[in-house]
Amino acid sequence: MNLTTIDWIIMLVYFAFVLGIGLVLKRRVKTSTDFFLAGRAIPAWICGLAFLSANLGAQEVIGMAASGAKYGIATSHFYWIGAIPAMVFVGIFMMPFYYGSRARSVPEYLRLRFDEKTRGLNAISFATMTVFSSGISMYAMARLIQTLHILDEPFQRLSIAPQWIFHVSIVFSALIVLAYILLGGLSSAIYNEVLQFFLIVAGFSPLVWLGLENVGGWNELTKRVPAAYTHSWAGMGSPQTNPMGVEWFGLVMGLGFVLSFGYWCTDFLVVQRAMAADSMSAARRTPLIAAVPKMLFPFLVILPGLIAIAVPAEPPPAVVASSSNPPQHRYLGRGLIPPKIDDSTGRPKLDENGHPVLDYDLAIPNMLLHYFPTGLLGLGVTALLASFMSGMAGNVTAFNTVWTYDIYQSYIRPNASDQHYLAMGRFATVFGIALSIAAAYAATRFNNIMDMLQLVFAFVNAPLFATFLLGMFWKRATGHGAFFGLVSGTAAAALHHGLTLPSGAVPGIKGAWLGSLLHVYPSEMAQNFWTAIWAWTTCFAMTIVISLATRPRPEEELTGLVYSLTERPREEQLAWYKRPLALGAGVIALTLVLNLIFR
Amino acid sequence: MRLDIRLPIGALFTVLGVLLAVYGLGSNTTIYQKSLGINVNLVWGTVLLVFGLAMILLARRGLSRGFKLDREHPAKTKH
Repeated sequence: MNLTTIDWIIMLVYFAFVLGIGLVLKRRVKTSTDFFLAGRAIPAWICGLAFLSANLGAQEVIGMAASGAKYGIATSHFYWIGAIPAMVFVGIFMMPFYYGSRARSVPEYLRLRFDEKTRGLNAISFATMTVFSSGISMYAMARLIQTLHILDEPFQRLSIAPQWIFHVSIVFSALIVLAYILLGGLSSAIYNEVLQFFLIVAGFSPLVWLGLENVGGWNELTKRVPAAYTHSWAGMGSPQTNPMGVEWFGLVMGLGFVLSFGYWCTDFLVVQRAMAADSMSAARRTPLIAAVPKMLFPFLVILPGLIAIAVPAEPPPAVVASSSNPPQHRYLGRGLIPPKIDDSTGRPKLDENGHPVLDYDLAIPNMLLHYFPTGLLGLGVTALLASFMSGMAGNVTAFNTVWTYDIYQSYIRPNASDQHYLAMGRFATVFGIALSIAAAYAATRFNNIMDMLQLVFAFVNAPLFATFLLGMFWKRATGHGAFFGLVSGTAAAALHHGLTLPSGAVPGIKGAWLGSLLHVYPSEMAQNFWTAIWAWTTCFAMTIVISLATRPRPEEELTGLVYSLTERPREEQLAWYKRPLALGAGVIALTLVLNLIFR
Repeated sequence: MRLDIRLPIGALFTVLGVLLAVYGLGSNTTIYQKSLGINVNLVWGTVLLVFGLAMILLARRGLSRGFKLDREHPAKTKH
């Protein structure tokens, strides 16, 4: 990639603004509440965009486009089934307890509702997870900068060896994120996430515009790709008849219910954005406002992937392959998607049927290179970098809050002054980022360890929503029930994964590591969804059984924490379009319409 | 004194818009073969510029009305 002066100027302008926002906000951070909860003073629309943006890491942008190229418009299930209903639910039903209980974090809600051990379990697993996620984000960004040769030219000019590109990318991104969080805390992260949201939209929408222009519009696009790619529900009756290899029940229950509600309703990374809102109704509106752009995101991130496979097959010279040595053979890619290159032979990797293995992750980068001239290219690359950083910053702010309030204040040093915890929060930001860097380097060395960790996190996360659901809507649920329910749910997930396998995989990290094989799923996605369903069901059942066998907490202690013992938030004085229920119904209706159009 | 996020957003997009549009005006048209012959720098730069200015305008209007409206009780702020 050849970036010229104008591209670099655009990038620098963006970084200057990012740091500038941190500097301006620095004066406002006086207490730990300012730092960790943005003083609970942010208007709903800003929280909403940050709620969306914190989740909009580059893995999402790149991964969703990759999936769009691989599975077509069916990828939108990750939005329309796998996000919107859960976002509406958390806004309407769960936010009154998160915001109303004045808990400062999701683990803290668990302590108020259940007990110390449930909070500890959640806090520690969550803190570890955020550090690794931000490390993986950092690693992916450094790899992309290498693959796209963004820094090759400036490094050559400064005569620095190209091996340093990876290290410099990691350290540079870490320093930027560190600087703006250290300065302004959560407000700074939220404000920058809003900025990044607009930048991502500005940087990627010309891609869709030019791409559609090139293939001749949506109708022409549907003619150029197989029919299954432009219908999201066709063939969902059986796993054999759709490219994702999942049937509708596994999709709706596994993705739409367990995984999606588990993420959007319990993950502090996103919930923290709503907790920063300036009022209860703003907190409830946060996920609902976020749902509107979220449901339109498929057009921004999935469509480029679809266009990438639809443009004429021979790639122009500007397209990079996934290896540094250019291929000398017949082009085996599909549209702009190049085949993966085997680094040892320099030839494309082939699967067992002799078809080339495609590098779908290059869909977005290659689209940028294919359509964007210098100038706009700078904007596109900046948008990509912005999305990496928003993903990273989201994890870091969630980490420093959970670390300081739920681990440090609870177990290491209770009863210190607020200034002490504020200082601890700043310090936690530094070591959280240092740990992320360590995780990024661990990812370069031990790729399997990363896969394994992500697997373990999936086991830990899958049952979570059952605990919250029972906690918020069943006053009889007890702390022992919640804790052992969670543990057994995680164990059930591990057990299910250890006894099943996606078709075509070998026992090991993909499953069946317990020695015996009980069931083979048609795809890895189907296996993941069913692992989640098993985990959730086990946790749900175990929590009920153990709760009934243990002593419940007195009802007066649960006021404000459980649905039946909490006064409904009043909203008569709000304009109709500000009422969560009206907004939620509108969001659901729109999502239905989108599903009908692209069925 | 609060920071109205619309100001930095507006400023950023105004600057980026001007940069792109001016570059688009002066640039050699051969680079636009990639973008189907459309001078996307000029077009998109103008779009960003308009968006940026609109954001600044909104922020200024909000400021003159008193930015900290009590969103829960709009009736209180009406005089």
